[in-house]
Amino acid sequence: MALLKYESQVRPPLVDGTKDYHQVTEDIVRPIEMKAGRLWWIGFLIAVGLLCFGIYSIYRDVTYGIGQWNLNKTIGWGWDITNFVWWVGIGHAGTLISAILLLFRQGWRTGVNRAAEAMTIFAVMCAGQFPIWHMGRVWMAFFVMPYPNTRGPLWSNFNSPLLWDVFAISTYFTVSLLFWYSGLLPDLATVRDRAKLKWRKLFYGVASFGWSGSTKHWQRHEALSLVLAGLSTPLVLSVHTIVSFDFATSVVPGWHTTIFPPYFVAGAVFSGFAMVQSLLIITRKVLHLEEYITLEHIDVMNKIIVLTGSIVGVAYLTELFIAWYGQNKFEGWAFMQNRVNLFSPLGWSYYIMMGCNVISPQIFWFRKMRRNLTVTFFMSVIVNIGMWFERFVIIVTSIYRDYLPSSWSTYYTPTIWEIGFYLGTFGLFFTCYFLFSKFFPVIALAEIKHILKKSGENYKETMGEAEHETVEEFAHEMEHAH
Amino acid sequence: MSIKKFVVGGFKEEGALFTAVKNVRKSGYKIHDVYTPMPIHGLDKAMGLRDTSLHTAGFIYGITGTTTALSCIGWIFTSDWPINFGGKPHFSLPAWIPITFELTVLFAAVGMVLTFCYLCQIAPFVKKHHFSLRATDDLFIMVIECTEKTNETDLMAFLENSGAIDINIQNAETGWWLGRYDKDTKPFENKGTVIA
Repeated sequence: MALLKYESQVRPPLVDGTKDYHQVTEDIVRPIEMKAGRLWWIGFLIAVGLLCFGIYSIYRDVTYGIGQWNLNKTIGWGWDITNFVWWVGIGHAGTLISAILLLFRQGWRTGVNRAAEAMTIFAVMCAGQFPIWHMGRVWMAFFVMPYPNTRGPLWSNFNSPLLWDVFAISTYFTVSLLFWYSGLLPDLATVRDRAKLKWRKLFYGVASFGWSGSTKHWQRHEALSLVLAGLSTPLVLSVHTIVSFDFATSVVPGWHTTIFPPYFVAGAVFSGFAMVQSLLIITRKVLHLEEYITLEHIDVMNKIIVLTGSIVGVAYLTELFIAWYGQNKFEGWAFMQNRVNLFSPLGWSYYIMMGCNVISPQIFWFRKMRRNLTVTFFMSVIVNIGMWFERFVIIVTSIYRDYLPSSWSTYYTPTIWEIGFYLGTFGLFFTCYFLFSKFFPVIALAEIKHILKKSGENYKETMGEAEHETVEEFAHEMEHAH
Repeated sequence: MSIKKFVVGGFKEEGALFTAVKNVRKSGYKIHDVYTPMPIHGLDKAMGLRDTSLHTAGFIYGITGTTTALSCIGWIFTSDWPINFGGKPHFSLPAWIPITFELTVLFAAVGMVLTFCYLCQIAPFVKKHHFSLRATDDLFIMVIECTEKTNETDLMAFLENSGAIDINIQNAETGWWLGRYDKDTKPFENKGTVIA
């Protein structure tokens, strides 16, 4: 048989082991068809427990007001908005993997895109909680929606970055969900057609929308994925750009900078990839998917982490330089006193940020470290701690000592309910992720099959012949492949 | 839609499938469809399917989003309820770009997915006849429609020579019906009427 697909042997395989299409189905669908293990139940129950604590924290917040958190007139945005930006940022890696890498035709995305997209959706769900409950009188949340009303009619302010945020986050969530689910349809159909149990036939039958795998449908599916990827790419950049506008368009020293949009987007991708690493290192181990999410995948993602981490580092230093070079007294104070000064009340947070985000990821310049699972997992947690502190530094250290010393609020510490709300979103995130990993194929089946004969280990070995052919022979064979 | 008779054959290799598609078409048989577990590039061309116009639909939806955003915000801020924000102009286009962009993307994405579902006739609780359960696993299932002139034994022998396995004859409804996959409901058989 003539070679249908060719990829140089120089590129390492993306699917290890001897696989055919059926084996791929078996490997990826197996965890769905097995009973949940004890580890799954423990993890799931912990997640649900956290979620319940979060719900109780929100209940207190709604009942007693957001004074339940230690927010005050000076620090109006504390943990709450920090967590919001953190979660939105985490979501970005999923879209980067699924959309931007699709446009760049990066084959390795197929192993990780499904889980990363799911992570995006859950992270955006968590992020959305914070601005909503931060409104205090949450029953009036619908005021942000523009519709003809009896209040004047008073429309929402379309010139405000906070309203842009409403549109950006809701659009981002919707589009990510559509992208993710349209990709899931064929894989759910695979699970449906293998189902033996009644409830599984029902559930996956409904969920797969009656997908048949018709050639015409695949053709449309490909067109849909490509256009959705094309739409998601500027969308994902716009989302964190708009989140950064919440700060950058204000007149608060420390926020009022034009570098924010690219700096926020790089930071978002950085933290998102770290979260993907944390999740996938565990997922691949527990579900025995090491042959699909290979060390190669981990390695590539670590390269992105060191790249984006360094971009973030450059942004930190640029900010610092401009604070000095701009010679604006207030900007200078925000940076030199509130942040760089280690002995200022919150100065320590700046150094945690620097250490976790800029210095420690540099370890990934070494190939050995990039391919070490323990180091990668540890670093992925460190990076997310660092990125949380980045948002904390940006938000709290900019506002806690502002223009008027009499309104300084130096000792800001969160209350248990503020922390509880944050833990609650972890609960929400992991509850969703546990359910996803149990009931949905965590790897895009059809996409793996699509690249299998090109990038699978056993198929790569057969490409040796092609490597020895002359260019003319090779071109002739490829032309007449089908 | 109606119940028709089909000859069904499965292929294990893409290469054999492409050759078979070419030969089947050359011999004048009518390929109803080929069901595959993953997208196979070039198969649509080989089967003589035309390109999809889903992109064009997406573009139109996107433009609709852009116009909706601009016209709504423009009308609200310049005529319905003009508010003075620090003396800035009522018609402040640069500040509207983010929302305009988001709505463009939102309309295009939602519209395209709905159009996709409509064109493929897929939705929750939609049930179709699946010619082989392995079409979503590891086989490429070629389904050839039998007309009055078709000699089924010839056709089956022809498929076997092309390298097909699991060759069989099925009578199947080509449309969809409302149903669940855990129950074997085929409303068109019971009532004797055709649905959809």
